[in-house]
Amino acid sequence: MIGSTTLPPSGTGAVRRFLREYGHEILVALAILALLVGVGLYNPRFVSARNLTTIFSGNAYIAVAAIGMTMVIVIREIDLSVGALIGVLATISGTLAVSGAPIWVAWTVPIIAGAAINAISGILVAYARIPSIVVTLGMMAILQGGLITATGGTWISNLPPEYLLAKMTVLGLPMPLVWAIALTIAAGLWMRLSPFGRSLYLIGGNAEAARAVGIEVPRRIVAVFMIHGAFAGLATLLFATQLQVIQSTTPPNLELIVITSAVIGGVSILGGTGTVFGSSLAAVLFATIGSALIFVNVSAYWLRAFIGTLILLTVMADMLRRKRTMKGA
Amino acid sequence: MTIAQTPPPAGGPALSVRDISKSFGPVKALKTANLDLRAGEVHALMGENGAGKSTLVKILAGMHAPSGGAILVDGVQTALPSPRRAAEAGIAVVHQELLLFGELTVAENVFAGHYPRKGGMVDWAFMRRRAQELLADLDCHDLDVDRKLGSLSVAMRQRVEIARALNHNARVLILDEPTAALGERDADRLLEIVLRLRARGVAILYVSHRMNEIFRISDRMSVLRDGTYIATRNARETTEAELISLMVGRPVDQMFPKTEVPIGGPVLEVRGLSCGPMVKDASFTLHKGEILGIAGLVGSGRTELAHVLFGVTPAASGTIHLNGREIRIASPRAARDAGIAYVPEDRGAQGLVKPLPIRENISMAVLDRISPGGMINRAKEAALAKRGFDMLGVRASGPEQIAGQLSGGNQQKVVIAKWLQTNPSVLILDEPTRGIDVGAKAEIHRLICELAGQGLAILMISSELPEVLAMSDRVMVIAEGRIRATLSRDEATPEAVGHAMTARRSAS
Repeated sequence: MIGSTTLPPSGTGAVRRFLREYGHEILVALAILALLVGVGLYNPRFVSARNLTTIFSGNAYIAVAAIGMTMVIVIREIDLSVGALIGVLATISGTLAVSGAPIWVAWTVPIIAGAAINAISGILVAYARIPSIVVTLGMMAILQGGLITATGGTWISNLPPEYLLAKMTVLGLPMPLVWAIALTIAAGLWMRLSPFGRSLYLIGGNAEAARAVGIEVPRRIVAVFMIHGAFAGLATLLFATQLQVIQSTTPPNLELIVITSAVIGGVSILGGTGTVFGSSLAAVLFATIGSALIFVNVSAYWLRAFIGTLILLTVMADMLRRKRTMKGA
Repeated sequence: MTIAQTPPPAGGPALSVRDISKSFGPVKALKTANLDLRAGEVHALMGENGAGKSTLVKILAGMHAPSGGAILVDGVQTALPSPRRAAEAGIAVVHQELLLFGELTVAENVFAGHYPRKGGMVDWAFMRRRAQELLADLDCHDLDVDRKLGSLSVAMRQRVEIARALNHNARVLILDEPTAALGERDADRLLEIVLRLRARGVAILYVSHRMNEIFRISDRMSVLRDGTYIATRNARETTEAELISLMVGRPVDQMFPKTEVPIGGPVLEVRGLSCGPMVKDASFTLHKGEILGIAGLVGSGRTELAHVLFGVTPAASGTIHLNGREIRIASPRAARDAGIAYVPEDRGAQGLVKPLPIRENISMAVLDRISPGGMINRAKEAALAKRGFDMLGVRASGPEQIAGQLSGGNQQKVVIAKWLQTNPSVLILDEPTRGIDVGAKAEIHRLICELAGQGLAILMISSELPEVLAMSDRVMVIAEGRIRATLSRDEATPEAVGHAMTARRSAS
């Protein structure tokens, strides 16, 4: 475009840059606020501290699982097996807890096992070059089938009270909430500031170019899947310790909710963009919508249709934005 | 053949474009485009990237609806709301990125979307026979029409696409940068085909950046600039310089501003390098401050040689010395660390991370260096990006602009800026100006000379012979994976290079 070089000087102000960089996250946060105010006016009990802690704490595990999923989608892969994985890890953890193993073992093993199981998926994706959607679809079936076969469908009960992490509090705040916030901030800063984090965006944006500058792409893919597995382990701890029993089935559609959180939080399904701040906010948004529907007496079955609509709209907006900003070479 | 059996009324243009405009949202891609295309002429459409050529081509192909203006086919105003209607109006387009089906056969591709029928079923016999006829007409007598398209060379695929266009009895054929992906010899053959079609009365609109081609085959040239029609010239009455100044809107003094640079000692010494069938026993020496041009056809092994030197496909045998020390290059990472940089052939696919800002593109090769303590030092990164941005004269709102929004020339500058951050001693440039408009091309050339002046040893691969000849201190000619000749600047005439490219090896 020689000859038309008078591009306006823009984006110099720190505020402007912040708005541009985190526009999507801000939008999701505003949607949460609007929902809280709107439904709160209709029914003040909705915004009571008690209700809010219940909904946010009860859904914190989704935000934690969505952190790892965000990394996976940023490098332009996908994981459909995370719901099944959380089910399996919950059973492993619960079994350890009731079998008299030290509590810290019951808490640590799922994190390690999550990373180990996902390492298999990662290796198949990175080195055998099987598309991640296929690998993780297979992994999902294996984990689901294996779980039912191993447990025969029995529930784990009589969990020791000191195992129930999700029921504990820190400074009066429920543990899951504290964890979700702390992990989101830590992972968010790490993705933004570390060379490793940056390399994920480079890989998602153009894997070929990333390889050319010396980033070892296959290794990073395996690493991201393992980190994602570890986050699934952390999510398991918050999810499985909410009640006195652990069901030996996987939570239905959990992977869908986790993926949706990432996508609605602004993580482009085409890779290369998005933050965990967005995905965690989107998890909060879902929790709020779910609870709000109850408070305004709308059947909770609408929630899924509503979220489905939201995901389509978000992806459409993403595609439009790409079309607008990326003209061909 | 059924092409142009009924020539249009004498004198009147076969296709007229009257004040066509096109907006995409707030962006005006075309303001007022005008064009008269006569039967039996080759009419070059020229303009820089972003001038609106592709938009106009897409409107004529029925892929975009114009925002205003009129299209006249044989003097009759015609709407082209879809590619099908454009084909029915006799307009066929061979797009730059060939729109073909790799998994289907040649014959199926020629007839894609319009399969001939017989009793409700596809008439395979007719389809194969007709495809063969059409291709024979394009100098592909022995092409097996049952072969899968994906197994053919780019040049062959392009002919299949032309055959498809002719199958619709096109009277207007639009070729969008048809030689961009071809080597010299294939390009020559394509030009012959174009001239043959012209002799049959087809009106041909030819979009290209390559001046020598345009002057070889065009009868007239029309120039677009910033979406506006500027002028039409007869080929015999104009010069390259005039056309360029029409395209750029100002005179461009020199296309290849080669500056004399003192050439220093050897930097890269390659001996007996081999890798697969495409790199055989390559030996050469590259000096400080030298631009060593590599000429060769597409598929001659020139890009493969670059890939071996950069560790994409590590060498099977041979030695590489860099600054006197023997090095092994097993991966791009090793090449980078050793001081070799590679600006790839296809910057969009291999060089640029389009969704990220310019800053992150410039810093990506040196993230480790600017991350003391494991965290990226943002101030250092911003400073480094700003330096690269300024030094290469990238035209953008600033280092924070998204790289994918830049024009081709500026994207290339960003990719070069990225590699300069690694302080390389050897810079390999693969097709550094492919698809870049004239003005930006001269800038890239000036930049390459500057870098050589700073002591960088440069290996430059290019399909454009004039570029290689004008820019290089020495020219290395590659064919069939072997270095066939190394010519000094004085020896490197187009004839000498062409001879070395095509000559059979005497021994073995």
